[in-house]
Amino acid sequence: MYKKIFIEPLFKNNPVSVLVLGICSALAVTVKLEPALVMALSVTIVMGFSNAIISSLRNTIPNRIRIIVQLVVVAMLVILVDQVLKAFAYEVSKQLSVFVGLIITNCIIMGRIEAFALANKPLPSLIDGIANGLGYGIILVAVAFFRELFGSGSLMGYQLIPASWYIKNGGFYENNGLFILPPMALILVGVFIWVQRSIQKELIEK
Amino acid sequence: MNTNNNLYTIIYATIMVVVVAVILAFASSLLKERQQRNVEIERKEMILRSVQLGADQAARANDKDSYIEAEYAKYIKDSSINEQGRDLTLYICTIENGERFYIIPLKGVGLWGPVWGYISLKGDFNTVYGATFDHKSETPGLGAEITTPAFYNQFENKKIFDNSGNYVSVLVVKGGADASNPHEVDAISGGTITSKAVEEMLFKNIKDYTTFFAAKLKEAEERAAQAALQMQQSDSTAVTPALQVNIQ
Repeated sequence: MYKKIFIEPLFKNNPVSVLVLGICSALAVTVKLEPALVMALSVTIVMGFSNAIISSLRNTIPNRIRIIVQLVVVAMLVILVDQVLKAFAYEVSKQLSVFVGLIITNCIIMGRIEAFALANKPLPSLIDGIANGLGYGIILVAVAFFRELFGSGSLMGYQLIPASWYIKNGGFYENNGLFILPPMALILVGVFIWVQRSIQKELIEK
Repeated sequence: MNTNNNLYTIIYATIMVVVVAVILAFASSLLKERQQRNVEIERKEMILRSVQLGADQAARANDKDSYIEAEYAKYIKDSSINEQGRDLTLYICTIENGERFYIIPLKGVGLWGPVWGYISLKGDFNTVYGATFDHKSETPGLGAEITTPAFYNQFENKKIFDNSGNYVSVLVVKGGADASNPHEVDAISGGTITSKAVEEMLFKNIKDYTTFFAAKLKEAEERAAQAALQMQQSDSTAVTPALQVNIQ
């Protein structure tokens, strides 16, 4: 059962490409691969813990302030992640800048708390949170891979396309500027959804 | 237990907020020292980069923090000048051969947030030796490119005064600057607002120092002339000493 909770969000029930949640940050942090990786890791950690904490409190939370309690817990975890990044991974935290703070508003986190953690025990909730974070991360990294490769000609900051290929150095190649701009992330996510739907026919609406 | 009771809800919310506040305050006080150190190291690294120091990859990989600290202590002296009642920071860098560079801190407003940087001038207070920039939240891949060597290396050997001594600063030009023009560098495609912000930041910040620079240059010229005069009186074959500028 745990295995199913873990495997499903990675592809079959992916939060980005199937549930279409968390698109906003998928557009913002995927210009380069490195911030995308750190963002994916941060979201995974925040989602795992927030799911586990809310799940262990689920029988005590007053229903009327349910959303507020969830927000406070998520916000606390996000601030902790932000502080830890600032202390131990300063360069990366600078690149992510405001986006770490925006994890609070990442729809996947609230979505999983509402849909899963409030109705399940802490351990399965923890696994569900981590798996959804990873599912989100897979899409993020895939989008960032294409955007950095075609938009900047590099991966993880290492130049892959030889400098002599570029037109300005007398070559024939030029980076595709569209890949750097946010609309390309949306197009790429759209392509992923298309690919997934052509594999999983049951997702196609009648 | 009835969790919908008003009293229960209020108590629950209060306890939760207090607990969260304690956890966050504790984490913040625990990590504060390290965070401040990171900020300080970054500032020193930028100042060193503006005079093309602190770039030894091997030493950086080994222990970046103490390497930067040591280099900073070795070359850079914090100093300030008083200009019309205002204290202006001016860092002075002295390298091995005795040559001095004057580093001006820059602060400006970008598209989404603050931009800042450092620019170093050679002893003639005119030629740019190096520059470096950073930003809070410019667009990655566009405005954020001001932090890349491809952008800031362009500033090397540019001049802030024109031939007749008027202050013109260095302009960031859209659509390709002429590399031989001493007052222009290329802007970043797609990052026009950030590029213009850098231009404005350079102009405004360096301007505050120009009267000081002019005074120093004049002083140095007078000193050189005087020295030359003395030399002539004592020994007519002596070579005129090189123009020297010194500030403490």
